[in-house]
Amino acid sequence: MEWETVIGLEIHAQLATNTKIFSGASTAFGAEPNTQACAVDLALPGTLPVFNESALRMAVMFGTAIDAEIGKVSVFDRKNYFYPDLPKGYQTSQLFYPIVGEGHIDIELEDGTTKRIGVTRAHLEEDAGKSLHEEFTSQTGIDLNRAGTPLLEIVSEPDMRSAEEAVAYVKKIHALVTNLGICDGNMAEGSFRCDCNVSVRYKGEELGNRTETKNINSFRFIEKAIKGEVIRQIDILEDGGRITQETRLYDADKDETRSMRSKEEANDYRYFPCPDLLPIVIDDEYIDTIRKALPELPDVRRSRFVDTYQLSAYDAGVLSSYKPLSDFFETVTTVSADAKLSANWVMGELSKHLNQHDTDIKNSPVSALQLGGLLQRIKDNTISGNIAKKVFEAMWNEGGSADEIIEAKGLKQVTDTGAIEKIVDEVIANNQKQVDQYTAAEPDKRGKMIGFFMGQVMKASGGKANPGQVQGLMKQKLDALC
Amino acid sequence: MALNRTDVEKIAHLARLQIDESSVPEYATNLSNILDLISQMQSIDTSDVEPLAHPLDAVQRLRADNITENNQREHLQTVAPSVESGLFLVPKVIE
Repeated sequence: MEWETVIGLEIHAQLATNTKIFSGASTAFGAEPNTQACAVDLALPGTLPVFNESALRMAVMFGTAIDAEIGKVSVFDRKNYFYPDLPKGYQTSQLFYPIVGEGHIDIELEDGTTKRIGVTRAHLEEDAGKSLHEEFTSQTGIDLNRAGTPLLEIVSEPDMRSAEEAVAYVKKIHALVTNLGICDGNMAEGSFRCDCNVSVRYKGEELGNRTETKNINSFRFIEKAIKGEVIRQIDILEDGGRITQETRLYDADKDETRSMRSKEEANDYRYFPCPDLLPIVIDDEYIDTIRKALPELPDVRRSRFVDTYQLSAYDAGVLSSYKPLSDFFETVTTVSADAKLSANWVMGELSKHLNQHDTDIKNSPVSALQLGGLLQRIKDNTISGNIAKKVFEAMWNEGGSADEIIEAKGLKQVTDTGAIEKIVDEVIANNQKQVDQYTAAEPDKRGKMIGFFMGQVMKASGGKANPGQVQGLMKQKLDALC
Repeated sequence: MALNRTDVEKIAHLARLQIDESSVPEYATNLSNILDLISQMQSIDTSDVEPLAHPLDAVQRLRADNITENNQREHLQTVAPSVESGLFLVPKVIE
């Protein structure tokens, strides 16, 4: 019998509003503790929530983008539980009438096919505060700045059958919410986090008991956590055990999940409609206006990149996944007039530097205009691709335009035939042994051997000699000796 | 529907209410009566009735997404029993 993995995901996307879902306090990240927690967020007696118009609009944007039914009447409910970072003793959420109903999203699988993943619903709710356990010995510190930050919880159908499918789905949702501008997508800061419901079963049989692994905050950890959890469950079942339905935590350092609390006991939230908030009623006109104003969605952008720029499906997928990246690429392409070269540089040298310095493309020290200018100089043969990497390095560290750096560092490519010929002659004269080997070799082996001489010339010219010219001249001179 | 002692204790625990051992039977009876009343109401045919989310016949007003509440930490923390470095301090809650 073959095991089958069944995965459903709950994604919490923090909505990019200026203020909390029910109060006028700021949601900016990184403020001093409790400086953005007002009387409503602290649940002081006598305060009442007032719903944020932007949070509603953003939720409806998401719903229209995944082709979902929008709840024209949606209702807030109270989810009751006690924890010090939840001052009200309940989380205001939506259980019975969510703002976004059933929708779907298509993911691309490795074999090039697409698979439709159902979105069960998406509802609005508020985030809790943060508990800081480490700093104090016998007490816990509470920071309520995050309390009341609007979240859109996006619940999928249990449609995914592998960790890879789950990651593809999460990346798709991430691309969508960041493209819509309704979430900044910053996983490290917790703006976008994922709970994974995982179970295994013999193919074709009924669903097994599932576990929920909470708050995973990177694509890689989602994949690792699911894979580890699947192995753990299969081991238990094959040893004749049973899976306990429970909440687990992923420990990235140990690369394993561990039990957090038994869900059977904790899952008694006694939901009821929140009497402090009236039903939210919207009409078709409101929804249509939002639908018409939707920006270009990642899937559309991806097809456009393939059609307009002749990019590969893979390149187009990467470059359309994050709006700031897409915009950057398009600006570079406009300046350089070479989409392929631009794609290679944005996904290669630039992404490498951004990763190494843990920097978002929005804060890239090299602007799209600078990079585009650099690529122009490759295109017009002012510099070679290798020298361009040096110019890029200088640009990254010290700023300046490509032309300024090329000028200041004297990196302009040598295309003067006389100058190149002089170096070629020197290299031939100084490497008699290799020349002898070349002339002695079978003609069809010589092509490979020329690489050595090329390297010597490039080295001698400080990388500035035009490689095409060097190759032609070198071959001509060496063959003349044979 | 009759609630037993365990049900009452569980409900009290979930609501973090401390109740007298001796008053559990009374709570059990009262809460069971409420549930009976609800069962009675549920026997009515409501298929033509729109679900009611709120007794007020009104819709939620929306607030513009502008920051109106500025930092009042010092003032708000005057009612807190214990604070340090801007954090509210509570008994240790980690398991």
